[in-house]
Amino acid sequence: MRRVTKVAASGIASAALALSLAACGSTSEQKAQDDSSSGSAKAGGVKVGVAYDVGGRGDHSFNDSAARGIDKAEKQFGGSVKELTAKTTDTEADRLDRLSQLAEAGYNPVVGIGYAYANSMKEAAQKYPNTTFGIVDSSVDAKNVDSIVFTEEQSSYLGGVAAALKTKTNQVGFIGGVDVPLIKKFQAGYEQGVHDTNPKIKVDVQYLSHGSDTSGFASPDKGQAAAQGMLDKGADVIFAAAGSSGSGSIEAVHGKKGAWAIGVDSDQYQQASLAQYKTSILTSVVKNVDVGVFDLVKSIHDKKPLTGTNTYSLAKNGVSLTTSGGYIDDIKAKIDAAQQKIVDGKVKVKTTP
Amino acid sequence: MNKLTARVDRERLLLALAAPVLAVVAALVVTALVILATGKNPFEAFNDMLSYGSASDSQIYILNKATTYYLAGVAVAIGFRMNLFNIGVDGQYRIAAFFAAVVGGALHLPGPLQIVVIILVAMVVGAMWSGIAGILKTSRGVSEVISTIMLNSIATAVIAYLLQPGKLGQLDDAGTLVSTKNLPKSSWFFTFDAGPAGELWGFIVIAVLVGIAYWFVLGRTRFGFDLRTVGQSESAAEASGVGVKKMVVTSMVISGAVAGLVGMPTLLNDSHAFSNDFPLGVGFTGIAIALLGRNNPVGIAIASLLWGYLERTTGHLELIGYDKEILGVIQGVIVLCVVIAYELVRRFGLRRQQQRVGAELAAQAAAATDEKLEVAR
Repeated sequence: MRRVTKVAASGIASAALALSLAACGSTSEQKAQDDSSSGSAKAGGVKVGVAYDVGGRGDHSFNDSAARGIDKAEKQFGGSVKELTAKTTDTEADRLDRLSQLAEAGYNPVVGIGYAYANSMKEAAQKYPNTTFGIVDSSVDAKNVDSIVFTEEQSSYLGGVAAALKTKTNQVGFIGGVDVPLIKKFQAGYEQGVHDTNPKIKVDVQYLSHGSDTSGFASPDKGQAAAQGMLDKGADVIFAAAGSSGSGSIEAVHGKKGAWAIGVDSDQYQQASLAQYKTSILTSVVKNVDVGVFDLVKSIHDKKPLTGTNTYSLAKNGVSLTTSGGYIDDIKAKIDAAQQKIVDGKVKVKTTP
Repeated sequence: MNKLTARVDRERLLLALAAPVLAVVAALVVTALVILATGKNPFEAFNDMLSYGSASDSQIYILNKATTYYLAGVAVAIGFRMNLFNIGVDGQYRIAAFFAAVVGGALHLPGPLQIVVIILVAMVVGAMWSGIAGILKTSRGVSEVISTIMLNSIATAVIAYLLQPGKLGQLDDAGTLVSTKNLPKSSWFFTFDAGPAGELWGFIVIAVLVGIAYWFVLGRTRFGFDLRTVGQSESAAEASGVGVKKMVVTSMVISGAVAGLVGMPTLLNDSHAFSNDFPLGVGFTGIAIALLGRNNPVGIAIASLLWGYLERTTGHLELIGYDKEILGVIQGVIVLCVVIAYELVRRFGLRRQQQRVGAELAAQAAAATDEKLEVAR
């Protein structure tokens, strides 16, 4: 009896599925077109579609820096913004789907925040040749894609120079959020900057998490513990490229007299949440993701879409070293000299440690 | 007598259906309240979910997603049937997919043969990884809950160590994405072309076969009987001559082997390489799905389809202006409701049974006294 009901149930279920598959022949795209023909399209402004990486807006880190650029563009050009966010269980199909949904709904440009969108964007760009896509931190070889990449290693190099000039113990530290290639660029540049300035200085390197475990970007406690360990071993300048974990590192550094912290991504001296530690923030290695994203939206607004690989380098002020607080004013000449060498191409900064 | 069993069975079926239906309805109500609280119209949202979810490309997406989730659900359910909580499916499928991708990228065998090799490697690696937890449990009494959670972290670390440029990984042109070597095109799994709706992953066939095997082995073989017996009472199983330790290791190994398949639809049908953006956390989804499907092969299938449906449709809700957290709310509420509903229905069923047995006994007793009275007369 039970077996019969089970077999019948599974049979009915599969039959129903096949039926519904056949009955609903129209795809969501056709349905969307039916809908949009009845509804009126909103006129004016740029319709920006944003596909964030895991964490999305409000992660106090990478996604937020892109969001700043989006907000600025929205304020300036009006129009509308649609934001979708990635999940950890995402497959390539999910990412492609997210980009397609945005393009399908008429958003242009469609910006993918983070290298995870690289492969899916290649397909989406082919599927929607009239939409301009943008990708941050990766390059996609297609006619209608603006690849927004940064030379993090160059600004990190300058951070390394500053660290080497400021250390008294001849020992400095580097804390990486997760040991992904992107963060290794920061490490490579920093180490090279330190050693080019003074080869005798020892650089301690520690990553907070590994591989697919991205907790290292969002664990201030881990950042604090790592920084404390380095301070105890004698390091006195610590550069943390670790998202919001960096705030923990800055806090630890603040607890030791004469030690300096180097911030990352945005000017951390100016961050309200870190105001009480700002006297310990030597400088910040800034990566202007917002500028890259803003430029793309602006180019669409001006009807001159940016495409190809746009490298936001030291020369173009896409990455830089901040001077707020005035703590590196005394070594400014040497940093400027190093910067000039990189801009002139006399110094090539490595991207892998 | 026959009539009686038929009635009981129908009642059992109704009760079995009541719980999930109750749970889904309750989840809908709670979700509607949550959407209302955010100041939006829940009926418009449900309407959009219905119409978007029934589009043909959505259905392909849902079936593709469900393929992965089904395998994860079955992997977890095998443990559940034996009272083993295999939380490690997550680590097992990732490390299995990683090594399968490495082997697949390195070999150049004829297509079908290579696919078989890749799948076997995944199953063996998954089985070995979960087998560690099984052996730890039987030899040293380590709870599989603890050991599998720890093995998840170790799997993450092992993959992170090996998936580096210069070891088993390679960097893309932009220098940000590390992946294993791409599988040669000949060893991609076949797909069903559904025209503009997209491609249905061929791995769904394997998932169905796994489901049938699961049903057959657990329900129709001596081994499955032993396994369920151990799950229900270890001491009773031991007393009736079942080697409990052997069963623990064996079922852990089988669970891990199935877990090894979880990453295969993605690897063979979609990404064709293991990179640092390979899906994460599917093992935990599998736990929810096994719970929802009550470890039943058909139930798990329905649960995984429901999961895929929810992910697809709430993704579209985000596009039309609802909050992205809706998905988490619906899924969480469903799992919670299912657990509560099953308990309620179980108690209700138990009470019904007791009442009926009581009534039958009373009737028998009454009949007996009648007889006695007659004899006495």
